[in-house]
Amino acid sequence: MKIRKNEIWAAYQKEIADDKYYFARSCIRQNIFPAAENLFINILRDITGKDIFDDKRQTTCTGIAYHSGLIPMETIMTVVARQFALMNQAGYENFVVSCVTSFGIYIEMLETWKHFPETEEKTREALIRATGMTFTIPANLVHASDVIYKFRKEIAEKAGFRLVNSKTGEPLRVIDHIGCHYAKIFPVHGIGGAEYPYVLAGMIDEWGGSQVDYPERRHCCGFGFRQYLLKSNRSYSVSNSKKKLDSMLPYKPDLIIANCPGCTFFLDRWQYVIAEMEGKTYSDNGYGIPVLTYEEIAGLLLGYDPWDIGLQVHQVSVEPLLDKLGIPYNPENKYKGVNGEDLGRPALPEVLRCH
Amino acid sequence: MASLYEKLEKDVRFKEGMKACMNCGVCTAICPAAEVSDYDPRMVVNIVQVRDESELEMLLKSDTIWRCGECLSCKTRCPRGNVPCYIIQALRALSIDTGFFIESEQGRKQLAIKRTVGDHILKYGYCVYIDEVDLETYPEQGPVWDWLRNNRESMMKRLGTSYGKESSGTLRNTMKESLDDLRRIFDETGGTQRFEKIEKYSSEKAKELNKEFSEGQDEYWKFIYNR
Repeated sequence: MKIRKNEIWAAYQKEIADDKYYFARSCIRQNIFPAAENLFINILRDITGKDIFDDKRQTTCTGIAYHSGLIPMETIMTVVARQFALMNQAGYENFVVSCVTSFGIYIEMLETWKHFPETEEKTREALIRATGMTFTIPANLVHASDVIYKFRKEIAEKAGFRLVNSKTGEPLRVIDHIGCHYAKIFPVHGIGGAEYPYVLAGMIDEWGGSQVDYPERRHCCGFGFRQYLLKSNRSYSVSNSKKKLDSMLPYKPDLIIANCPGCTFFLDRWQYVIAEMEGKTYSDNGYGIPVLTYEEIAGLLLGYDPWDIGLQVHQVSVEPLLDKLGIPYNPENKYKGVNGEDLGRPALPEVLRCH
Repeated sequence: MASLYEKLEKDVRFKEGMKACMNCGVCTAICPAAEVSDYDPRMVVNIVQVRDESELEMLLKSDTIWRCGECLSCKTRCPRGNVPCYIIQALRALSIDTGFFIESEQGRKQLAIKRTVGDHILKYGYCVYIDEVDLETYPEQGPVWDWLRNNRESMMKRLGTSYGKESSGTLRNTMKESLDDLRRIFDETGGTQRFEKIEKYSSEKAKELNKEFSEGQDEYWKFIYNR
């Protein structure tokens, strides 16, 4: 029987709870882009009026170590079970995951429990022995980018800016980069599946930008877990990022938007490394391509101050993007501390231009 | 005593990932690790499905199983439902369990990961923690990170985090009760035992290589991390 395209698409829709979320934080995001998660929470609370619970008792899911061959599956399963138990204790049933690695972990453990029920039983026993806790499985488990996708129209309605060049009126050319573990492991859990993920593309479409399709659009950023964690192995990581960046370069992108903490980090930092090592930058002006998360883009369009949402801690300067969008900013405030004190300036790279 | 293959078969990831491979090579075509090294997931799956114990032992003692980046792109692509990455995960676990990991240069590097990310989990409750990420260890972090890190007391407040605080919020201090839970979960489920095995086998190798071995970033750590 011939399957119509819209029927294939229907198979890759997923339920995203409407309200009352338990928030599971990301190790990388909290450290590398420390304002991003608060921005996500603030957008949900202040712009869409939703309830999201931030639990001081949660810990890492250990996913980075698990995917480096360091943590036994039984251990990470029990850590995951503890996070679910915390959600239960807080009175929530909708679990929102900030990290794509973690999102893949949570889905993988749920699927494993489904296929091998004895592993769920053992996990329950281990959790009780270790912590005295019991748990019920979340009613709904999604990634944080799924939630922004769900509310993309409301965000567009309240936004003062669009992904449009304010001088020419042309849509900005936007690259979407989806973290591998969002949908490549379990395509049915990603909006659009693994082949045509729409979670970020939907935001680009709704917010006025133009999607860029390029040959290596679905290639991994090159994190590689242990391959990045070891200094001796990092050529793996930078080589794969470079493959992507080289592939997108002819399309002259204005912006990269990513939904995975690691990908955001690597596509930003490896541009600096490639510039310093090879003298190559990925824009005509020598600044490179800004790499932002979905909520950072939403925040900008909604009018949050770029320096209050932490855009000064990206290595690739965002000012060329702000200028295109027509978003006002005060350069004097970029490097000020909590009390307005001047904190000096980061050292300038030799090749990559920075503001 | 159970054969290596029988031990592999007990791992649910192996059960899920090893169906029947027809050697089409699609996994290798899509693999980012194969892109940058001589790693070939098709070969790994084929060696395993042949069930030759001596070949399997060689694999467990080789650099090969440590080349995978666990992106799991192979899972999406295999037309027969195999998952080379799941097989790799099971092989890595067995390599540490048997102590074979110490026989390869890449396998030996597990100690470096244990003493960074592994120890951070139990010390901070995070896999990654800003206080530990310096430019010497992570030079690609670059000058903006260095600036942020040097000014973190002020900047983390400006960006609305809970860095150093006992409360909810970004980068809060993980509560002692939560760290204790993590420690007991590790004790109950084999995490602690795996860490201890990595340390034990590594100390033997360090002695053989005449490298100073104690804790943290000792001579042996620097040798395996940088080289």
